[in-house]
Amino acid sequence: MKKEIICIVCPNSCRLTVSEQNGEIIVSGHECRRGLEHGISEYRDPRRMLTSTVAIDGGTLPRLPVISTAEIPRDKLRGCLEALYMVRVRAPVKGGDLIVEDICGTGVDIVASRSMSRTDDPQNDKEASG
Amino acid sequence: MKRLDLDLVVIGGGPAGLAAALKAKELGAEKVLLLERNTELGGILQQCIHDGFGIHRFNKRLSGNQYAQLFIDEVERMDIAVKLDTMVLEITADKKVYACNKHEGMLEINSKALILAMGCRERTASQVLIHGERPAGVLTAGAVQRYINMEGYLPGSKAVILGSGDIGLIMARRMTLEGLSVQGVYEVMPDPGGLTRNLVQCLDDFGIPLHLSTTVTAVHGRKRVEAVTVAQVNEAMSPVAGTERQVECDLLVLAVGLIPENELSRAAGVEMDPRTGGPLLDENFMTSIPGIFAAGNVAVVFDLVDHVSQSGEIAAAGAVDYLAGKPKGVESYRPVRAGENVSFVVPQRLNRECGLTTFFLRVKKPEKVAALSCYTGQKQIFKKRRRYLAPPEMLTFTANASGAKGITVALEKEASRR
Repeated sequence: MKKEIICIVCPNSCRLTVSEQNGEIIVSGHECRRGLEHGISEYRDPRRMLTSTVAIDGGTLPRLPVISTAEIPRDKLRGCLEALYMVRVRAPVKGGDLIVEDICGTGVDIVASRSMSRTDDPQNDKEASG
Repeated sequence: MKRLDLDLVVIGGGPAGLAAALKAKELGAEKVLLLERNTELGGILQQCIHDGFGIHRFNKRLSGNQYAQLFIDEVERMDIAVKLDTMVLEITADKKVYACNKHEGMLEINSKALILAMGCRERTASQVLIHGERPAGVLTAGAVQRYINMEGYLPGSKAVILGSGDIGLIMARRMTLEGLSVQGVYEVMPDPGGLTRNLVQCLDDFGIPLHLSTTVTAVHGRKRVEAVTVAQVNEAMSPVAGTERQVECDLLVLAVGLIPENELSRAAGVEMDPRTGGPLLDENFMTSIPGIFAAGNVAVVFDLVDHVSQSGEIAAAGAVDYLAGKPKGVESYRPVRAGENVSFVVPQRLNRECGLTTFFLRVKKPEKVAALSCYTGQKQIFKKRRRYLAPPEMLTFTANASGAKGITVALEKEASRR
């Protein structure tokens, strides 16, 4: 089976043609090694990064953005999102803090993608008065 | 009124301002102050929770927040002075900054150099002439993004998106993931406005239809949006009679372009370029007023944050040189001309001794392959084959453009190779 895939690794957007011959995946149209790898993985097992938010108490905002530490199989994204809706954390949080370990058995962690201080942190006001 | 004296004031704490302040400090500028009107640094990146930032700079696909955090942590580590929640009201040609905040009241800041990094804002409904009722539920994509990603509100249940720029595409995916049903993305132009990789992973992945050469012609509903009328447009961008149909929705998301936010620059007398909506710039991203520089989306709307940061660093290096009294003969500017299939080039003019200069440009129309070429007079100083060119994807290159003659940047078709 031949598949046309537009590479999303970088803005070059190479048009890849991926096919399988005798169990071997053949990619053409890529300009770099990462494109080649993307063609193979997109053909075999499409994966995407997961970014969303979780509820946070006591923070300067009500939502904390989070990101997966690696790509997650595309068909598992929905289940992972549902799991994230249930999560509630407490400020302060530092960017990179672990939020969910091994989400939905994917082997991928979910981490905070920013730091967030507490609303009552005096640092917030100190900065403003410089 | 509190008075302050500084060497360099950076206005705006988004990606351009953060990079500019850091670079200036790194290059030895001493009295640097970063002013930000929001209560935190990071600018629009703080609502961009999706990944894809920093591909060029860090060779990673960070989320907007992660990208911002790297710079914010560095600003803290370098102990750069920051005033948050501080609104700049006016800047003057002699580089005075009038600002205010709730702790200090009015501030008069005398600076030897300024970097403008105010970013851009979104076009609104009244700017795209959508007729009909004025119900609740017509929002810009950025507003929807802030509601969902930062405030935790869902501003609707059934959405129509007007505009296929990156922000519109990103929000199509984000709303779908949050349980809104996205009826479709409508684009008045015959080509999509966003990057190809966003078309793939934001629309195709979720089966969201993209309707090209189609626009929203009317909004229906009294208190809340109930539907919109969409119609195909002809080559003159006018709706074609008989193609109208109604699409039910309770949210119309406008992703119809960005406008550099240059009110402060204009009032100071900075000369503007009507093509970019930003100031006329030289190789150091210095404006027509010596010592006032511009960086990021206030200079020209970029599509990649990596380029925004880069422009901040160019402006910072220029500002540090300026502070050291190294002007490069401002009176001898040579124009940079947009040649074949180029809609604009930044910088717009260069000093004779500009040296290695980084250019940013957009093509006019999509092209499979062309030679990106740069000339001083008739002499070719840069040439590189580029593929899959499209207006949404900004091109950049660096070349030594010193010389006496005018500069031309063009995308030449292979057949017309000299």
